Amino acid sequence: MSIVRSASKAVCYTQSAVQLADLRHRIEDRTALTRALQEVLGSDRVFTHPADLIAYEYDGAQVLNAIPDLVVLPGSTEEVVGVVNAARRHRVPLIPRGAGTGLSGGAITPIGGILVSLARMKRILHVDLDNRYAVVQPGVINLDVTKAVEGSGYFYAPDPSSQSACSIGGNVANNSGGVHTLAFGVTTNHVLGLTLVLPDGSVERLGGRGADDPGLDLTGLVVGSEGTLGIVTEVTVRLMRRREGVRTMLGIFGTIAEASQAVADIIASGIAPTALEMIDQLTVEAVEPVVHAGLPLDAGAILLIEVEGVHDAIDRSAGIVDEVCRKNRAREVRVARTEEERHLYWESRKSAFGAMGRLAPNYYLNDAVVPRSQLPAIMRQVVEIARRHGLRVVNVFHAGDGNLHPLIPYDAAAPGESGRVLKASEEMLAACVAAGGSLSGEHGIGIEKNNYMPWIFSASDLDAQRRLKAAFDPTDLMNPFKVFPSPVSCGELMTRRAPRLAASGLWI
Amino acid sequence: MPTDQTLGSAGAEPAAQPIPRLAIPELDRCIQCGFCLPHCPTYRILGMETESPRGRIHLIEAVAQGRIPIDARFEEHMYVCLGCRACETVCPSGVKFGTIIEAARAEIGPTGSPAARRLTRLALRHLMPFPGRLRLGAALLRLYQRSRVGTLARALHLVPRRLAEMEALLPPIPDRFFTPPREVFPAIGPRRARVGLLSGCVMSLLFADLNEATIRVLRRNGCEVVVPRGQTCCAALNLHNGERERARAMARRNIDAFLGAGVDAIVINAAGCGSASKEYDALLRDDPDYAEKATRYSRLCRDVSEFLMERDLAGPLGEVRARVTYQDPCHLVHGQGIRRQPRDLLRRIPGLELVEMEGSDRCCGSAGIYNLVQPAYSRQILEEKMAAVKQTGADLVVAPNPGCMLQIASGIRAFGLGTHVRHLIDLLDQAYAAGERPGGARDPA
Repeated sequence: MSIVRSASKAVCYTQSAVQLADLRHRIEDRTALTRALQEVLGSDRVFTHPADLIAYEYDGAQVLNAIPDLVVLPGSTEEVVGVVNAARRHRVPLIPRGAGTGLSGGAITPIGGILVSLARMKRILHVDLDNRYAVVQPGVINLDVTKAVEGSGYFYAPDPSSQSACSIGGNVANNSGGVHTLAFGVTTNHVLGLTLVLPDGSVERLGGRGADDPGLDLTGLVVGSEGTLGIVTEVTVRLMRRREGVRTMLGIFGTIAEASQAVADIIASGIAPTALEMIDQLTVEAVEPVVHAGLPLDAGAILLIEVEGVHDAIDRSAGIVDEVCRKNRAREVRVARTEEERHLYWESRKSAFGAMGRLAPNYYLNDAVVPRSQLPAIMRQVVEIARRHGLRVVNVFHAGDGNLHPLIPYDAAAPGESGRVLKASEEMLAACVAAGGSLSGEHGIGIEKNNYMPWIFSASDLDAQRRLKAAFDPTDLMNPFKVFPSPVSCGELMTRRAPRLAASGLWI
Repeated sequence: MPTDQTLGSAGAEPAAQPIPRLAIPELDRCIQCGFCLPHCPTYRILGMETESPRGRIHLIEAVAQGRIPIDARFEEHMYVCLGCRACETVCPSGVKFGTIIEAARAEIGPTGSPAARRLTRLALRHLMPFPGRLRLGAALLRLYQRSRVGTLARALHLVPRRLAEMEALLPPIPDRFFTPPREVFPAIGPRRARVGLLSGCVMSLLFADLNEATIRVLRRNGCEVVVPRGQTCCAALNLHNGERERARAMARRNIDAFLGAGVDAIVINAAGCGSASKEYDALLRDDPDYAEKATRYSRLCRDVSEFLMERDLAGPLGEVRARVTYQDPCHLVHGQGIRRQPRDLLRRIPGLELVEMEGSDRCCGSAGIYNLVQPAYSRQILEEKMAAVKQTGADLVVAPNPGCMLQIASGIRAFGLGTHVRHLIDLLDQAYAAGERPGGARDPA
């Protein structure tokens, strides 16, 4: 089949992982299960045809492809309950999926099972501006929440770069961050309450509508649990009021090192920008042809900096930003003069990952966090690791949070290249952890990094987390083989199988 | 390289022969980010990955690799697509989805029941390329419409339901077709350019007055207008329905007709024709005799709004009092990236108020013959559009493409809105006429 150049987008795409095939869930009575699901949803929202199933073998991650046994599209909490009950009776795993833009393989079905797409649950159920919250279904697109309330001067703060496409349910699963995380925090800081369908079919309402609820913070537990505890069917999100003013600036630098030092200095200066993003030269090369924001193609690195607040405070903060950038040899500091220009700057940033198809047929996106003071040092290491493996690296990331996204464009069809990409990525991740950082900034663990969990958690830590999951999901029905170390993992393939497969002429 | 397996069992076995010619390089550009999904009209109503651009690309790739066969289900997913190309506008990686879906449809051929396929194929091969036969067909249809044979046949249940539905979508065939008395129309005032007019198939049959209005507006703008007799339909419908070879033949004929006429530009007043014409270069890339000519041809093509805004629009324009909303035809905004020019032209007309509608660049559900082959989805999409139109409170919807005009007009009838549909060029023509008679603004509807 070598005629087909692009075999798959997935990095860890494997055909020979015999053990994984052995682990695949066996459905005893497929017909009865299908019928049970059809009773709940009707026949047009239960899919079993290969041409339907194969479109759910991937998500945004490109880490691993796997075809589900069935795909269902419920439209309400009651229908989700029906699906969960049928799955439990047939002992078949459930894998919830939002918009399929996730970057850690959280929505794929490594051992098969029922993929529960929440894409049809996309209604904004209730907006209460006086009390600043909205109740939404999990399939609502992140940006649509803001669109629904921005006319009144409000917004929903967590804004991943994929916010025009990713769903609130997916954000809740991964505790997603965004470009304004620096000032506003991550998803968990903006979810007030949840409706959760548990694996036993019961419906629980967690949290409430206020800032703090008595008792254990179960909402906080579910946010970031990556669909391993139950299926979220309603989310109460906090709405925030727009600030008086905003100023968006570009600091244009000759090198990533200078820009990284400017980030560390801005944070150390005590001002609080709402966003502080790094955009390097390769990123500009990829996005400028599509966005046309007028970013210079010859700059080594650009910082996208935003300050918000009352007008006087903005002037003062912007002055400090300007000064710090110039002190770190910025060759130019630009200020967006119009709302349109501001929008173009942001579009350049947010289109970055999607534009990677312009650089190479495949890309592998890393996500890790380091203490911000370590940023200049870790950036040098990232560049060095890529160089050593003969790979390019694109750096476009949330610099202000110390949240790195080294992105490696590559061609899966080039012999040995996938293996080098995985090896380099692992080294970058290890360097971040060694610098006092963490495995993931915002993309989640999923099936991509579950086997790295022991890098940052002890065996007893992991055991405690497993027991917590078991309290919700004693039979491991919900999104199995994710988050916790397991035989099914992209990381596993990276570290152990890749060389062997490569040696035997197989392609990973 | 054994790459055809995944971890899955269902559908994991190689189920078909790979189709290497379908493994087009454009597929590689998609990195599955999913940014296209919320902009896809069919994904919006169905929520299925298989009815999204990302899903369809993945299915096509799977077919190319022989992982799944071309079967009825695959065909359905390929043909539920409107071909509106809204996904292309938002794709950060610049995937040309139109090229991909056309390649897939070329493998499948026309869709529908065996009878419907035969009928579509017959029309695409033996009707569309021949203006004379098209005119004859339309004349017969007009006779049928006026004879009430249809009413009688329907009353007696002699017409299958599906056919009756399709018939209801047909507009009344007008009295007059576009048959210009001569090939060349002189410029009014000093000649600044010699331009060709692509008269189009549907435009010539159903909208003769718009072609005439286009000629008048161009002449007022110092253009000598040529309507080459040798031209034929642009072949957009053939391309969208998997009839690629016939489309190539039609493209060659237009290239000969227009390049032979020695024009400075080829002006097109139908968005769908403009989009197809601008892609002749890709269509004939591997034709040694025509590749270079096709590139020249595509470079000459201009949508009429694009053409008029590239030059300084001549005055004087009289008043047209109307509250207008603008529907972006997919093949103008997504196919050709033309968003600003038609709005700028509308704003030049004194007395005209432009009100933007929610989702103006979202498909209305017409999409070539989509409303005929997928009536249920088409109607669902149209409903959303009508709600948006209603919210603007506009008197007129401007939609410079025949398919959109027919679809929106049928929506307005069905939903009882008091709105009218007009082509941009029609309003410009009216404004010029009003500019000639002082105070002579007429009722826009």
